[in-house]
Amino acid sequence: MKALIALLLIGSATPAFAQHSGHQMEPGMVMHTAKPTSKPAQKPVAKPAPKPAAKPSAKPAAKPATAKTSAEASSLKRPLVVKDSVAAAPGAASPDAMTSMDGMEGMDHSTMDHSAMDHSAMKNGSVKEGQMDHGAMDHGSMDMGSGPMDHAAMGHAVTAAPNVESPPPAAAGNGPARAADAIWGADAMAASRAKLAATHGGQQILWFMADRAEYRARDGRDGYVWDLQGSYGGDLDKVFFKSEGEGSFGERIERAEVQALWSHAIAPFFDLQTGIRQDFAPRDRTYAVIGVQGLAPYRFEVDSALFLSDRGDLTARLEAELDQRITQRLILQPRVEVNLSAQDVPELGIGAGLDRVEAGLRLRYEIAREFAPYIGMEQEWKSGRSARYARNDGEDPSVTSYVIGIRAWF
Amino acid sequence: MPMIVSRRNLLGGAALGGAALAAPAWARGSNLASGGMLRAGFDEVSGSVIDLSIGKGHRLVQGRAGHGIAVNGSVPGPLVRLTEGQAVKINVTNHLNEDSSIHWHGILVPFQYDGVPGISFPGIKPGETFTYDLPPIRQTGTYWWHSHSGLQEQSGHYGPIVVDPKGADPVAAERDYVLLLSEFTPRHPHEIMAKLKKGEGYFNYQQTTATDDYDLSGDQRRMWARMRMMATDILDVTGATYTYLANGHGPKEGMEYAFAPGERVRLRVINGSAMTFFNLRIPGLPMTVVAADGQNVRPVEVDELQIGVAETYDVLVEPGALAAYTIVAESMDRSGMAVATLAAIPGARAAVPALRDPPLLTMADMGMNHGGGTEGTAEMQGMDHGAMSHGAAPSGKDHMAAMPGMDHSGLDHSGMDHAKMDHRTMSPPSAGSGKMAGMDDMAGMDMSGMKMRDTALLPPDVKVGPGIDMVSMNPVDRMGDPGIGLDKMDHRILNYRQLAALAPNPDRRTPTRFMEIHLTGNMERYMWSFDGKKFTAVSDDPIRFAYDERVRVKLVNDTMMAHPIHLHGHFFELVNGADAAHQPLKHTVIVQPGGSAQFDLTANEPGDWAFHCHLLYHMHAGMFQTVSVAAPGAAA
Repeated sequence: MKALIALLLIGSATPAFAQHSGHQMEPGMVMHTAKPTSKPAQKPVAKPAPKPAAKPSAKPAAKPATAKTSAEASSLKRPLVVKDSVAAAPGAASPDAMTSMDGMEGMDHSTMDHSAMDHSAMKNGSVKEGQMDHGAMDHGSMDMGSGPMDHAAMGHAVTAAPNVESPPPAAAGNGPARAADAIWGADAMAASRAKLAATHGGQQILWFMADRAEYRARDGRDGYVWDLQGSYGGDLDKVFFKSEGEGSFGERIERAEVQALWSHAIAPFFDLQTGIRQDFAPRDRTYAVIGVQGLAPYRFEVDSALFLSDRGDLTARLEAELDQRITQRLILQPRVEVNLSAQDVPELGIGAGLDRVEAGLRLRYEIAREFAPYIGMEQEWKSGRSARYARNDGEDPSVTSYVIGIRAWF
Repeated sequence: MPMIVSRRNLLGGAALGGAALAAPAWARGSNLASGGMLRAGFDEVSGSVIDLSIGKGHRLVQGRAGHGIAVNGSVPGPLVRLTEGQAVKINVTNHLNEDSSIHWHGILVPFQYDGVPGISFPGIKPGETFTYDLPPIRQTGTYWWHSHSGLQEQSGHYGPIVVDPKGADPVAAERDYVLLLSEFTPRHPHEIMAKLKKGEGYFNYQQTTATDDYDLSGDQRRMWARMRMMATDILDVTGATYTYLANGHGPKEGMEYAFAPGERVRLRVINGSAMTFFNLRIPGLPMTVVAADGQNVRPVEVDELQIGVAETYDVLVEPGALAAYTIVAESMDRSGMAVATLAAIPGARAAVPALRDPPLLTMADMGMNHGGGTEGTAEMQGMDHGAMSHGAAPSGKDHMAAMPGMDHSGLDHSGMDHAKMDHRTMSPPSAGSGKMAGMDDMAGMDMSGMKMRDTALLPPDVKVGPGIDMVSMNPVDRMGDPGIGLDKMDHRILNYRQLAALAPNPDRRTPTRFMEIHLTGNMERYMWSFDGKKFTAVSDDPIRFAYDERVRVKLVNDTMMAHPIHLHGHFFELVNGADAAHQPLKHTVIVQPGGSAQFDLTANEPGDWAFHCHLLYHMHAGMFQTVSVAAPGAAA
């Protein structure tokens, strides 16, 4: 394999050189052409096959007779590009001219393009040109050195062009662009036209993420957690899927839910999500969901939702995560989740008010962006009546877990 | 991982290159062309009939393997060498199992041969041969061609074009070479698109972290976090996946150009990459820019230039007595570089400079225009400050209040400490570096009163929605800007204001219409559009021009990325301060972040044309439009 790679490298390097001798663009020089490949159709018509003389070995021979000696080369000051039209161009900004500008004391207003002052940036249809009080712009306050301001050189011609948008003239025509139909036929164009639109902004993307898939070591039986989500759709509208659950090994699962949501972009960084949540544990229960998910200032990833159950119970959940990069691949992620309830739901162990708070800290290493193992800590508190329900069930309302898990997506 | 090119590695490549020179000719193509392996580097095709064949195969670049699409079996595909005044028939056969196409980037052709499926023609079906029947070529210079179907360009479907003048070339050189810059990635381009959509910063391994070396204060870091943007978002796709290529060769693969001391060497530099702006320099050699986008310009001598995606620059260099000079094309984010060598002796190598520190976006890139500029922009920034006089003249203040585009009332200038700015230091145009240093220390700048997304500043034809995450507060003309990361260099760097057409432009009419197009986006969602509308929303609502209409188009960049905007079928003139007769002609213009750029267009090529950001994945995300130019004599 090594030998093969070496051979390929040698092979690939060779044409590079050959090609460059071939691209000597001296008139009359023999150019080498495409080598015939396995497919006859690939054979170019262009030019006769290269003679060995055009090969790299013959390179020195191909050198133009005008090649300079190294002594001449040391005197770089001869004009670089001089041929008639360049030399003839009046006022050409030659490199020398640029150099002389370096020494100028004041500001060179000849380079000052007033278009760059960009009155059009004011872009206010209501501000008419005449209202633009140039006098008020107080040029005198520009402390820009001692150079005289040569207004004549400022290229005011530029400002003669309109700088307020106007609709195209009638002669521009209207309707969809269909010029190609007249040449290739509307039928022939239709499919490619549809494909063009679909492939320039119409992509649908499938995404799946296991944000937390972890093992929890703690007092008593160790546990597990999953927190998955996925989506399919375009930039603004997607179908979303979420699932969360947790439990302790050897016991009945504590919590398990699945959500199916419609996610619609309502702001640059936020989606509104509506849909259904189905719980399978601790009891089967169905909820209507409305929530907002997105990226808050300071890059907090937030996911908040209200849930209304088929029994009429209203609960809410707020989650926030923050990725703190330690290095390009090592990331510390604080995470907080707050669960609230509008009423007691004793059969679910939920008390009115602040029900349950989770605070976690996870340190992950992105072996790839898509695959990152992590370790961390998670603290869970139940408060108020929820804590009482937990104690009545023989549970500790405050649980500390050490976690190890995987964050992965595709 | 960023590719670090050590000198030792490069010498290794040189040794290989030397060995390759000794390899007999027969040892090359036969081994590489078989077995579906695509060759690196390109051949040349010319004449009145040219046959091109689009196929696929495998690529291997510095030991990294990937799938590729190639024309005539190589990446890049062959140099298409045309002659001014001569017609040419180009037969393109598609051996892929999907539609394909070739667009002749920068060549003036009838619109039906422009090669954009869905606009110019139906595309080339699998197995089909399509003939581009091009009338006599109306121009000379350096151009390129590439696929306009899907994301094929990323996979290798591109190559150079050179149009020789029928008479004498005003640019005289003993050596004439093409340097085509591009990227290789083992990833499938659709996978790259998906990663960009899903994970912001997926390819960015130069992000700010708790342990980085960036010169950012805590306040500045919090400001960026508050905006939910990244100061390190320079390029979307980086050296983390790309190996940067010079004529298809990786930096260790010994790309070499021969010269004899004293010769003038013309380098036709083409940025044929999908997503990468390059900083081009040849340590120890100044470069004289003689053409931009194929069109001759008055010579400008520089030490470095930034070339945007799809742009071309012809430069002349005059190597001295050294045996070798390194041509360095560093990606704008400095995550990697393409390398080639000018060698007087085959196999000779010069030192390859280390990658420079990655740059950061500045206040100017946020559309705030209080610093970060050089030359022209710095002058203009100064102009802004002076001109606005910050309420010194009461009438001026009133005046400002009426101008949403310049509404600084929300700006807390108190923290800005103008005393540090020292306008006097802005005087010499060439003192580009550090003159605004005071502005860079604006740690105390109070961002709280500042609106990063004041949609009231947008004209009514911009659709406000989640696809716009930022609105430039003060989008000044940034044509004097050398490009992201180059404002602090202590050598000469090209900017658009230095370009002037060599021959006078034929059309010097004052534009009769003004058009403003906003470049809009949402980094987090990876949405890109013109005027807040993706192409999907406007595919039947083109930008229309009357035949021969002269229009001034202003591009306003409401994003923090630099966009290379390309108009098919025309050259437009940059409104860069040059007189009307010498405004430089271009087919692609970089609009710097938060800034603006203007061009004058004579719409005299009838038909429908594509108009788009040439960052491939921005285009694919929707930053694309159709421009429709009415036929002569269309009903008024």
